[in-house]
Amino acid sequence: MSTPAGSAPGTHPGDAGEVAGALAGPALLELLSGFIVELREAGLPVSLTENLDAMAAVREIPLEDRSAFKYALAATLVKNHAHWRAFETVFEVYFSHRGSHYGIGDEADAETSPFDDEDMDAAGQGDGSGQGQGQGGAGENLTPEELAQMLYQSLLQADQAMMRAAARQSVKRYAGMEPGRPVGGTYYLYRTLRNLDLDGMLEQLMDAAREQAPDDLTPLEERLEHDEYESRIEQFKQEVEAEIRRRLVADRGVEAMAKTLRKPLPEDIDFMHASREEMVSLRKALQPLTRRLAVRLARKRRHGRKGALDFRNTVRHSLSYGGVPAEPKFRYPRPSKPEIFVIADISGSVAAFARFTLHLVHAIAGQFSKVRSFVFIDGVDEVTSFFEGTEDILEAIHRVNTEADVVWVDGHSDYGHAFEVFWQRWGRDIGPKTTVLILGDARNNYHASQSWVIKEMQHKARHVYWLNPEPRAYWDTGDSIVGEYGVHCDGTFECRNLRQLERFVDHLV
Amino acid sequence: MSEPRFTDVDSVREQLREVDYLSDEGIAGIVYLADRLGKPILVEGPAGTGKTQLAKSTAEILGARLVRLQCYEGLDESKALYEWNYKKQLLRIQATRSDDEDSGWADISDDIFSDEFLLTRPLLEAITADDPVVLLIDEVDRVEVETEALLLEILSDYQVSIPELGTIEAKQVPLVFLTSNNTRELSEALKRRCLYLHVDYPDMDREKEIVLTKVPEITESLADQVARIVRSVRQLELKKAPSVSETLDWANTLLLLGVDKVDAATASDTVNILLKYQSDIAKARKEFASDSEAFEGSSA
Repeated sequence: MSTPAGSAPGTHPGDAGEVAGALAGPALLELLSGFIVELREAGLPVSLTENLDAMAAVREIPLEDRSAFKYALAATLVKNHAHWRAFETVFEVYFSHRGSHYGIGDEADAETSPFDDEDMDAAGQGDGSGQGQGQGGAGENLTPEELAQMLYQSLLQADQAMMRAAARQSVKRYAGMEPGRPVGGTYYLYRTLRNLDLDGMLEQLMDAAREQAPDDLTPLEERLEHDEYESRIEQFKQEVEAEIRRRLVADRGVEAMAKTLRKPLPEDIDFMHASREEMVSLRKALQPLTRRLAVRLARKRRHGRKGALDFRNTVRHSLSYGGVPAEPKFRYPRPSKPEIFVIADISGSVAAFARFTLHLVHAIAGQFSKVRSFVFIDGVDEVTSFFEGTEDILEAIHRVNTEADVVWVDGHSDYGHAFEVFWQRWGRDIGPKTTVLILGDARNNYHASQSWVIKEMQHKARHVYWLNPEPRAYWDTGDSIVGEYGVHCDGTFECRNLRQLERFVDHLV
Repeated sequence: MSEPRFTDVDSVREQLREVDYLSDEGIAGIVYLADRLGKPILVEGPAGTGKTQLAKSTAEILGARLVRLQCYEGLDESKALYEWNYKKQLLRIQATRSDDEDSGWADISDDIFSDEFLLTRPLLEAITADDPVVLLIDEVDRVEVETEALLLEILSDYQVSIPELGTIEAKQVPLVFLTSNNTRELSEALKRRCLYLHVDYPDMDREKEIVLTKVPEITESLADQVARIVRSVRQLELKKAPSVSETLDWANTLLLLGVDKVDAATASDTVNILLKYQSDIAKARKEFASDSEAFEGSSA
């Protein structure tokens, strides 16, 4: 069994205090350097001055205050809010690992029971050795029912300390962690949560809320209670995640752990392989991106060019200088806005990419004189009308996915047929002001390419661009025939993430 | 360097609270650090979360004068830093000519490029002031990238170089706040010189407290409901989520209408104060209404 709490050196309230206490001077410096190296590995641009600032900053704050320590580092090292998550992950790995040895020292958690490395190993065998639970009052060997009850109570009362204790117990009991086993934290998280039935828990909590209320809950109250409990459960999940991370760090060491947890920044997430969670963060990142792009493009348009000389106006003004044209006047610049045709493949493999690009193009539609969108799989359909008359682009995109008539034979991509039909039905609408964007991976399932359509387009249109969400290395392998189309395009672009997409749109205008 | 203005993080937080600015430990901590390290703070975040107010409140607790530079497109040196008062310079030259023909050109040229003929603009004013000042550079993302460079010298070294006069150094290091609505990415050079603070919408408890502080007549339970509903509304996918100031407007409205308990009908009637886009309002109303259907379904 674990050693009693007293043996832990000191009784510091915060676990970072332990870190700081143990690591004075050079050791702290070393830890910080490692931390910064890892931040850079994760893609955050940390410059040397920022590094020095961070060192200066931590000297100014009391080290035993963990959150102050965190904010001091964040303020000096992270200069973009989108990078906050990545920072937080690395921070948790680097500056809480000592906590697992000493138990999570929380004042409310009176008898924290530290577990050492053997205990950590033992946890893997699921021996369920009892951990003092302080407030929970629950002692040794909780049964699943007791654990569920404890969790329920902690959620009901929003009791942080108890929630943390419940998280620790759940991980111990359900995660089945084995030392040295090379699986990611998400696997353990999934195993733990699966056993806890949090959806059922939410229902129970809602029932309790209904009972507690003096009268029936109004629908609005119902909704608010629901949101409240949901946020508490979310908090609990984070506790579980933190607990798993702590154990993994203790097992594998800081650097290895940071490496496995490394996640791409939102702008670097690959469209084609984004998980559901990454999709959410992508969508969040898209909103400010469109705003930024719109502002930037509008500015560029205004400042980009000077209008042609306005002869009449210049002569008129020359009269006040006795006929000398001292003050040349220029026409107000009215650069023509391009007209955009988007032709997007929305078959399964590239659907997410098409969705994001459509969203982006329509969000900055004001920068173009006209935007028309077409989607295809093996048939092709115009979806412009879905975006007209609605401010809600997401809704429109949802309609594109459900209502557009894009299947001709079997619902497998057939670029050749789609292009042919497009050319017959809408080809004559393409004029010298039109810029055509074609989105897709050009994986044609070995159908005929009909690349003459693209060639014809290029003759009529101002520009034809091809955006491909696949890495360039995969182009023209297997059934990808992007090269065949590409020779007729004014440019083919690799667009795997928001960063590349943003760069392209900038180039476009 | 000047004396530190704050003793510790908690005191910053406490003092901010006294002037009705409810900070969290992140905000207070960074203000404290900025003072200690003598670095500017770059405050970013959605509109209406109290970025500008933070600078104002900090000025208030320090008893300092707030010098504000509102940024806009086309802002230049002569409006941000300094300008020569050329009319006065002309007068000076003419005056010299009339009464003494002999005085040399050198005298005059030395004379007209002196402090007397310098018009200070906010940035120069902030560093030459004798009394304590807080400098607020508001909406710095509105200036062009090239203009940003104007700020760099003052932000890192607290000095302004004027070719005719030389370098003017700060008499004291002022506390500097830069705010940005993130309409464009600021340059690396600017970011590197600053401490970064992202002010987001407050969590529910803090929002409730803010409502209680700023709308003193409101009841505890109404404030609680307001904060909860706003949190739920923010979870929808909206074009523009309600800001803190809009929450306060809404709370005031409810108070004026004499509402003491918000139900779905009141919420949909007054939601246009919280949200400013028609599609957002429609969405929120739909959300309020669909709840009642779900409820009828579950109670049946």
